[in-house]
Amino acid sequence: MTTATAAGGPGTDAPAAVAARLTGVSHHFGETTRPPVLDGIDLTVAPGEFVCLLGASGCGKSTLLSLVAGLDKPTAGTVEVPTGRPALMFQEPALYPWLTAGENVELALRLRGVGRGERKAESVRLLDLVRLEGAHGKRVHELSGGMRQRVALARALAQEGDLLLMDEPFAALDAITRDVLHDELTRIWSDTGRAVLFVTHNVREAVRLGQRVVLLSSRPGRIAREWQIDIPQPRRIEDPDVSALSLEITEHLRNEIARHGH
Amino acid sequence: MATETSLKESRAGDLAAGLDALESPVIVEQRPWWRDAWHSVWPVLAALAAIVAVWQIAYVLELKPSYALPSPADTWSAFVSSVSDGTAGRAVSLSLQRAAVGFSMSVVLGVAIGIALAASSLLRRAFGPIITGLQTLPSVAWVPAAIIWFQLTNQAIYAVILLGAVPSIVNGLLAGTDQIPPLYLRVGQVLGARGWTRIRYVLLPAALPGFLGGLKQGWAFAWRSLMAAELITYSAKLGIGLGQVLDIGRETSDMPLVVAAISLIFLVGIAVELLVFAPIERHVLRARGLTGRVSTS
Repeated sequence: MTTATAAGGPGTDAPAAVAARLTGVSHHFGETTRPPVLDGIDLTVAPGEFVCLLGASGCGKSTLLSLVAGLDKPTAGTVEVPTGRPALMFQEPALYPWLTAGENVELALRLRGVGRGERKAESVRLLDLVRLEGAHGKRVHELSGGMRQRVALARALAQEGDLLLMDEPFAALDAITRDVLHDELTRIWSDTGRAVLFVTHNVREAVRLGQRVVLLSSRPGRIAREWQIDIPQPRRIEDPDVSALSLEITEHLRNEIARHGH
Repeated sequence: MATETSLKESRAGDLAAGLDALESPVIVEQRPWWRDAWHSVWPVLAALAAIVAVWQIAYVLELKPSYALPSPADTWSAFVSSVSDGTAGRAVSLSLQRAAVGFSMSVVLGVAIGIALAASSLLRRAFGPIITGLQTLPSVAWVPAAIIWFQLTNQAIYAVILLGAVPSIVNGLLAGTDQIPPLYLRVGQVLGARGWTRIRYVLLPAALPGFLGGLKQGWAFAWRSLMAAELITYSAKLGIGLGQVLDIGRETSDMPLVVAAISLIFLVGIAVELLVFAPIERHVLRARGLTGRVSTS
C-alpha cells in the first residue's frame, strides 16, 4: 500500500478496487504563489484498465506520473496506489549499460526480493513475452532502439505492482517500430491484466491504445474532457474509427492550446 | 477466420523480427591488437632513442665531469649488473609489495569515505574542500610527521601512501557519481533501490567509468608517495626498496646506480598502468559500448 498524503488529507485503507486513485491533486513547483502545474485532478484507474493521458507540452503529464510513481509528493490532495509500487517507463529505455538485457530484468526482480533461483527463469519468461528470446545475454549497446524499449517493458513487468506507468515511451521511435510496439503492448496488456496509465501527446497513439482517453488542459493542468473508447482491440492506427475519433479529440486539443495564444 | 488471425499474427512477428535484425547495431571487428600496439609503441621508442642520442652527445662534449654525467653505456651496464645480481629484482619486488598493500588500503578507505561523502551533502560540503586541498599537498610533506608517529617502520611508509592516495580516490569516486545520468538514479528509485542496495546496484556501477580515472591517479600518487617515503626512511631493518636504492646511490655518489633506480621507478609505474589499469579500463568501456567499436549503419 503506497499512499502519498499531503495537506492533511486522510490516508484510506480502501480494498484494491482501484489500481490508482487521485483525489483533488494539485502540485506546485517551488513557490506556491505561482500558478500550479496541476490543479484539482480527480482521476481513478480501474484494475486492468488502459487509460491514456493526453495533453500539449507543459500540461503536467509527466509531473502527474511522477506523483503516481511516488517520486514526488503532491502539494495538495492524495494519491493512492493500493497495489504496491508502480512500474514506470520513460521515453528513453534507461537500461543500465553495465548489465546485459537479462540482468537488467533480473535487477528489478532482485530489488523486489525474488530469490536467486527464480530470477533467471522469470527474466527469461519476461524477455520471451516481449519477443526477445535470444537477447538475454546481449549488452544494451548491441540492441536496436525498439529492442531496448522492449527490454525496458520486460523490466517494468518484472516489478510487482499491478500498475504500469508509461511516459511517452515510444516517442523517440520511428513510425513502423512504434506501430509494432503498439501491437506488442496491446497483446501484453491483455495477457497480463495490468492497469496502464499511458502519457502521450500523440492523439492517434492514445486512441489506438486506450480504453479511455483523458485530455488535460495546460497551465494549470486540469482534466478538460474524457472519452470512453469502445472500438474493439486489436485496433490499427489507420482504422477509420480510430481516425474519426482522433480528429475529434485533436480539435479539442487544438482549442486547449489556442486558449494560450492570447 | 482463425487461420487469418494466425496468419496476421505471424506476419506481425516477422515484421518485429525484421526490424530487430535491420536495426541492431553492427559490431565492427577490431584491427589485430599488435597493429594498434605497434602504432603507439614506435614513436615512444624513437623518442627514447633521441633522448639517449642527446645524452651521448652531452657526454662526449663533457658538459659535466663523468662521475656526474656517466655515459649511456656505463649506465646501461650498471643497470644490467644490478638486474643480474638480483638487487634490482629484490628492490622492485619489495617496493611493489608495499605499493600494492598501501594502494589496496587506500582503495578501501577512499571508497568508504567517497560513499559517505556522495551520500551526504553536508559531509561533502564539510570535507570535500579539505580533501581536494590535501590532493595538492605533496605527500613528502607527511614523511616527517609519519616518522614521528610511527618511527622508521613500514607503518610510517603506509601512512604516507594513504595520505597521498586516498584524496585522489575519494575525489575520483565523487567525480564518477557526479557524472551519473539523472535518469539512471530515477530508474533506481522506481525499481525500489534504497540505501545500501542503491549504492551497490546503481551508484557504484554507474560511477565506475569516472571512478577508474580516480583509481589511476590514486595509483600514481601511491607510487610517488612510496618513493618519497622510502627515500627518507632509510633503516637497516626496513629492507631496501627502490627509494632506498636511490639513497644508497646518492651516499656513494654512484650516478649510474641513481639513473638505473630512476629508470626502474619509471618503468614500474608505466608497467602497472599498462598491465593493470589499461586492461580494466578497456574491459569496462567495451562492456558498456563506449569504445567506438559500434557503428549504426
